[in-house]
Amino acid sequence: MPWARRMMVEEKRWMSEIDFVDLLAISQLLPGPNIVNVAIGAGARFHGAVGAVVAFLGLMVAPVTVCIVLGTLYAHFGDVAPLRRAFPGIAAVAAGMVIAMALRIAPLLRGRRVAIAIAILAFLGAGLMRWPLGWVVLTLAPVSVALAARERP
Amino acid sequence: MSGRPLALLGHFGLLSLLAFGGATAVVPEMHRFAVEGHGWMTSAEFADLFALAQAAPGPNMMVVTLIGLRAAGVTGAVIATVAMCLPACVLTFGVTRAMQRFRTSVWRGILQAGLAPVTVGLVLGSGWVLTRAADHTPVAYALTALTVVWMVATRWSPFWLLAIGATLGLAGLL
Repeated sequence: MPWARRMMVEEKRWMSEIDFVDLLAISQLLPGPNIVNVAIGAGARFHGAVGAVVAFLGLMVAPVTVCIVLGTLYAHFGDVAPLRRAFPGIAAVAAGMVIAMALRIAPLLRGRRVAIAIAILAFLGAGLMRWPLGWVVLTLAPVSVALAARERP
Repeated sequence: MSGRPLALLGHFGLLSLLAFGGATAVVPEMHRFAVEGHGWMTSAEFADLFALAQAAPGPNMMVVTLIGLRAAGVTGAVIATVAMCLPACVLTFGVTRAMQRFRTSVWRGILQAGLAPVTVGLVLGSGWVLTRAADHTPVAYALTALTVVWMVATRWSPFWLLAIGATLGLAGLL
């Protein structure tokens, strides 16, 4: 996901930061893999149904192919020990990428005290308390939108 | 054998709409389905496939593809993947189009302003959870910190970080 943000917002400039955050919020609110939903939303936005299908295929064809190859190798050799050892390193980097993405989108909240408080609540709920993301969004989003409506009448 | 693709289609099609917060949320349900329900693999094999999917590139739902492959070959892999995505995709497509129609309205701006803080908090929360799960040594924490600085302050590709991470892991330093 951080990679997708960097590509769409920073490199290709297909959308602004707020548009990306908006799309991400919808993707988290709806069921299904978030990155797939972001691809569908971005594709739909620019090229309708065709765009959505192309974005989906673009996102999925290579990884599915790689997985089929890896899975077949696993079925024949049955040893994933080297992968298991490499995995902690990849996971540590992936975690850092997600934190970096949060820091990159955080300036959107500059000067909005109520919004910063909501963000802290969302962090506490999803991060420290480990409540399911869907429920955190369903609880906080209506409150946050209502407060935003009062902020600018 | 012919019943397996159908079972994959039905089960993952349903899970697609239950996977709030991503595919990771329904991994326990997949385990119940593939290991206990159908006996397609042992619990240890499921854990291996999950590790394989995590290490492979792509969305964090690739374990679905591998379960399909294990159950019914390449056909199963494709069917399981599509079933896991399609219902959620159709829903997302519909919602995105509906939101676009309101692009110019005042409500649109309010909705954006209201959703942004929730998203910022959630992403930071996910980063926290992932860090706690992934990092058990000072070297791992240092690698995560290096990644944050790298991604925020430079425009260098994250690919090199993943290569560094995999190398450190293989060398047994994490």
